[in-house]
Amino acid sequence: MIIKELKILRQHGIQYVPDLKTAVLTPLFRGRPVIKEDPTDQETEKIKKLCPSNAITTEDGFGIDIGKCVFCKECALAYPDKIAFTNDYKIASNDKNNLIVRKGDSEIKFNENIVRPEVRKLFKNALKLRQVSAGGDNSCEFELYAAGNVNFDMGRYGIEFVASPRHADGIVITGPITENMSEALQICWDASPGPKVLILVGTDAISGGMFADSHAVNRKFLEKYPVDLYVPGNPAHPLTFINGVLRLIGK
Amino acid sequence: MKLFLETYNNSDSVNLADIPVLSYKYFANMLRSYFVDSDNHCLSYYAFRKDDKLKFICAIAKDSDGKIYLSSHELKAGITALDSLTPEFPQLHIFEREIAENFGITFEGHPWAKPVRYSENRADKIKVMNNYPFYEMMSDQLHEVGVGPIHAGVIEPGHFRFICNGEKVLHLEIHLGYQHRGIENLMLQNDNPIKLCVLSESTGGDTAVGNALAHSQLMESLADFEAPEDLQIERCIALELERIAIHIGDTAALCTDVGYQLGQVVCEALRTTIINTTQFWCGNRFGKGLVRPFGTNYPLNDRTVEEIKKILNDSGKRYFDMAERIYSLPSVLGRFDEIGIVTTEQAYRIGAVGMAARTCSIPRDIRSTHPFQYFKNHRPQVVIQEKGDVLARGMLRYLEAKESVKYIFELLSKWEYTEKSNLKPDYNYKLKPDRFSASIVEAWRGELCHFAVTDEKGNIMHYKISDPSMHNWFALALAVRDQEISDFPICNKSFDLSYCGYDL
Repeated sequence: MIIKELKILRQHGIQYVPDLKTAVLTPLFRGRPVIKEDPTDQETEKIKKLCPSNAITTEDGFGIDIGKCVFCKECALAYPDKIAFTNDYKIASNDKNNLIVRKGDSEIKFNENIVRPEVRKLFKNALKLRQVSAGGDNSCEFELYAAGNVNFDMGRYGIEFVASPRHADGIVITGPITENMSEALQICWDASPGPKVLILVGTDAISGGMFADSHAVNRKFLEKYPVDLYVPGNPAHPLTFINGVLRLIGK
Repeated sequence: MKLFLETYNNSDSVNLADIPVLSYKYFANMLRSYFVDSDNHCLSYYAFRKDDKLKFICAIAKDSDGKIYLSSHELKAGITALDSLTPEFPQLHIFEREIAENFGITFEGHPWAKPVRYSENRADKIKVMNNYPFYEMMSDQLHEVGVGPIHAGVIEPGHFRFICNGEKVLHLEIHLGYQHRGIENLMLQNDNPIKLCVLSESTGGDTAVGNALAHSQLMESLADFEAPEDLQIERCIALELERIAIHIGDTAALCTDVGYQLGQVVCEALRTTIINTTQFWCGNRFGKGLVRPFGTNYPLNDRTVEEIKKILNDSGKRYFDMAERIYSLPSVLGRFDEIGIVTTEQAYRIGAVGMAARTCSIPRDIRSTHPFQYFKNHRPQVVIQEKGDVLARGMLRYLEAKESVKYIFELLSKWEYTEKSNLKPDYNYKLKPDRFSASIVEAWRGELCHFAVTDEKGNIMHYKISDPSMHNWFALALAVRDQEISDFPICNKSFDLSYCGYDL
């Protein structure tokens, strides 16, 4: 009978992505948007109306806030000369201001100056995280689980999800934070020993996304604690999450 | 006197005024005449405010003739009590609870009158998550185990409360609502149809294609549009790819829970290949953005077809080899066989749908009984298992994935010879006024129902989503009765029900 398993193992082959920092996703993957040319005022108004999640900003010129963007790409499909979506998945940042994409931007920048020193000192070689879904639609949760699977295997860097907040060095939140989940989230946060990191994964978590104006959402938790990392996406791709965390811990 | 209005799935909408309004007594009689036949089951039963009345709509699916029967009754403002129909028709239990929570109606005689999800627009705001009325048993011999809302794994939140005698579970109560985001209210934004597409995908991100298809179909039926053949075929392929990916992923999860690592890692890697194919097609691993009303932004092309065929040939075969191995290993069978049984009679009584029904010998599959899109022209084989245990639910996933692979190849050969319409999505559609429409999709969990009512201007005035999990969570509670509590994880995983789809 072992023969069968050996055959399966052989078929299985080597599945892990050898280099998580240089892996290339399929061309159509909707990652970092680029603004090829600033839209006219009239076009901007139309794009604003098209955008389902108010991700278009006009303060200091035209910009797309990927903390609000749901990556539906409808703006780029309607104005292909002005906006495009690239397959660049390295779109996580620790500075919310860096999430706004403007004309000429060619990467999402990470702000080294605001990383807390203890994060680098304590978590560089091992970071255990507790994930809390607070109204997530189960796609970000799937992707976070996948970040530890046989393909992406973030465990190779000592990054891992743990069962108890008491064993965790930080909390990872998905979903817009529902009123009904807000208390459990607070209890979980309090149960985790400091120093600890706070990571928001997915557009819903970063800005509320499609649910920003819902009465069922309560985002007061985020007013209380500084966020160490924003991982945009709908859902965030495992590579986006892993690369973001690696930059945070300085690896 | 007309007791109901007949319609078909994914067909024309109907005039809201044409749905018969019965007295409550006649309404109960109508249900009696329907539910006596196990061929019929309730798709959804819900209420909404119209003018100064509360309007209750019940949609019943009859499997043998493929029709949907609509009926309604109304309550004047001020009346807040009705006799519960649940004691006679247990499958209505969750729907009566939902109506009670949202509108403050007391269903007298309801055996399990408890909140459903603590929705933000609930009638009684004094009821909060913390004072959920759990069932209690008084005995020195028993103990309770509470699990959640946050679970050990990276999954959605929900609370499970077990009453146990030693290791044996006497009763499981499932308390949800933590994921409630108020989606049905947000679906009433009539300013931008793209919002509704994205919201429907977010109703359940693990069923993004199913939800987007149910929504698109609904908008199309309210605007009198029928998708051209090639678009229908593409949508069916997307839906089946979603089914295959989830079934393989859940096979991995079942292996994880019984410590069979080879099965786990192989199936995880195979699921990755399938969802990466969806990403190759549309740029998102879950198929978000793939299905849109009136057209598509990502029409199939030869390159994508080639990729789909290659992956299904390769990963399909590897999954079948793996599944054959998993379900022939004595150590795995020892954990799955005759564990977590739901009997056929129980499944009928609670109105189980989709996978949960099909593992109990009940051939409920909307693709076959109430076909939509291209399933109308070509119906897939319905897979049935008989024992209703974890093994049956595992085997069903394997056999359904196999059937879906075969089905996609059949669709692809048809697609090659079909005229291509190249329709782009249309977001400037106008819906017909004062209409009602039902759109039901057999997503991987089971029948996913989206309903909408338009007002006199053609705006959406009410939107209702019924996830198959509404029917099926109770099946999980029944499955773990008299089981060891340590078998709960595999029971739960074998159903893999939706928290966010239920909580909305």
